[in-house]
Amino acid sequence: MSNKRRITERTMHTLFFVVASASIVMLFMIMIFLFMEGIPIFDEVSVKDFIFGKYWYPTSEPPDFGILSLIVASLAVTLLSALISIPLGILTAIYIAEIASKKVSEIIKPMVELLAALPSVVIGFFGMVLVAPFLQNVFDIPTGLNLFNASLMLAFMSVPTICSLSEDAIHSVPNSLREASLALGATHLETILKVVLPASLSGISTAVILGMSRAIGETMVVLMVAGGAAFIPESIFDPVRPMPASIASEMAEAPFRSAHYHALFATGIVLFIFTFLFNIVADHIAYKYKQVGEATL
Amino acid sequence: MDKSVKIEVKHLNFYYGNFKALEDITLDFYANEVLSLIGPSGCGKSTFLRCLNRMNDLISISRVEGNILLDGLDIYDPSVDVVMLRSRIGMVFQKPNPFPKTIFENVAYGLRVNGIKDKGLIENRVEESLKLAAIWNEVKDRMHESALGLSGGQQQRLCIARALAVEPEILLMDEPCSALDPIATQKIEELIHQLKKSFTIIIVTHNMQQAARVSDITAFFYMGKLIEVGKTNTIFTRPNLKQTEDYITGRFG
Repeated sequence: MSNKRRITERTMHTLFFVVASASIVMLFMIMIFLFMEGIPIFDEVSVKDFIFGKYWYPTSEPPDFGILSLIVASLAVTLLSALISIPLGILTAIYIAEIASKKVSEIIKPMVELLAALPSVVIGFFGMVLVAPFLQNVFDIPTGLNLFNASLMLAFMSVPTICSLSEDAIHSVPNSLREASLALGATHLETILKVVLPASLSGISTAVILGMSRAIGETMVVLMVAGGAAFIPESIFDPVRPMPASIASEMAEAPFRSAHYHALFATGIVLFIFTFLFNIVADHIAYKYKQVGEATL
Repeated sequence: MDKSVKIEVKHLNFYYGNFKALEDITLDFYANEVLSLIGPSGCGKSTFLRCLNRMNDLISISRVEGNILLDGLDIYDPSVDVVMLRSRIGMVFQKPNPFPKTIFENVAYGLRVNGIKDKGLIENRVEESLKLAAIWNEVKDRMHESALGLSGGQQQRLCIARALAVEPEILLMDEPCSALDPIATQKIEELIHQLKKSFTIIIVTHNMQQAARVSDITAFFYMGKLIEVGKTNTIFTRPNLKQTEDYITGRFG
């Protein structure tokens, strides 16, 4: 009897281990594939020329495989969208966690999170059909499909992440700290700014970085609204071609295992390294400043 | 003996929603005396304490009836500035709750939020408060390290220093030693003896000996009512009511 029980136990352990390993195995397989298909491009161009080359003419004769303009586009779009989404997300989180009544915050929080449920193609569609003509008319620019439009749409996509995670971080600040502050004669606002926010800074930073990494990897929106021109932008109203958009739009046309094909995979590697770094930084901050501050004895 | 009434509580009722947590409390607090509130858990003594600096305002379903007069002025009057009120009444909590800031910033915080900007003044006050709370010698060389690195007892004395820095007139202490070991507790009790020269102190405690050691007046709460109040040595030796005696001698509660 006890033997049978032991076998069941052991089988279950193994089963769970296998299931839990599946995602890790998948991750490694994808990584290996990505690198295997991307590395061969460096037989044709050097790493330096690939990353710092200004010209992306993959189908010219001879072709140019320089992705600097794509990298700059990705970074510019991500930074500009962060400038919009960070204040929006954090201020909303503060409102939900600290200011709104319980009833109101119970309505708002799920609604903000619902924004994350919008398929990116719908957001892209919105940007293309509504925002683009609007920008074109208001600012009198040749095209509404540009860096600014893409950043705005991406900001919409990262706000739910930033807001929801920041709200969790603010919420987890122990009430005893708020009470300590109020009991010393601080106002509600002072308590939020000087005690609650500093105490939840690590969680908020993580939220911001995860929100930004969502923006940098997002494909559909930038494919639809960024404009698609592979040039280094000079103003926020210039059309751009971020890395994911370039990969998604060209992959179908690139002949299998051609230089163009490998170059797109190599672009994927660069993109992967960016998001990977974002996640590492987020993890690091979350770990380093984990302590939220209630005294433990 | 000339004693001046600092706080007068008159027929105070307190509700959490429909639950009546405090019933018809009438009690006077005299300046420069230590009054301890004793009673079993859930008897309302902490709630009562938190009525005195309006910390219960934070609970949206709470309601107060009756009057609490601080130097003759009703603290629940709509014209009262709660922020000002709280800077006159310091509070020390059950668990040490230093801010996740440096030791210096913890004590300076109350000064800064009360609008003091003069650096020299802040430094002086921080030092004075830490000395008053008997923790200066232990922290003077590590003022700019995190307060979270201190031991529990040190943290609690830091919290007392933080409360004292604002120069309150009254100090509310909600079981300040419940999370501390006997040595840290002894230090805090010695501190209370020192502090009552300049402050009115109200302390909630579960520890009978502590109430007997530190307080001049003891008030016994039970089920939201004030059962008996009197001089500490009278309460502990010849209480008027059987209920009080039963609690003090450990027969219930």
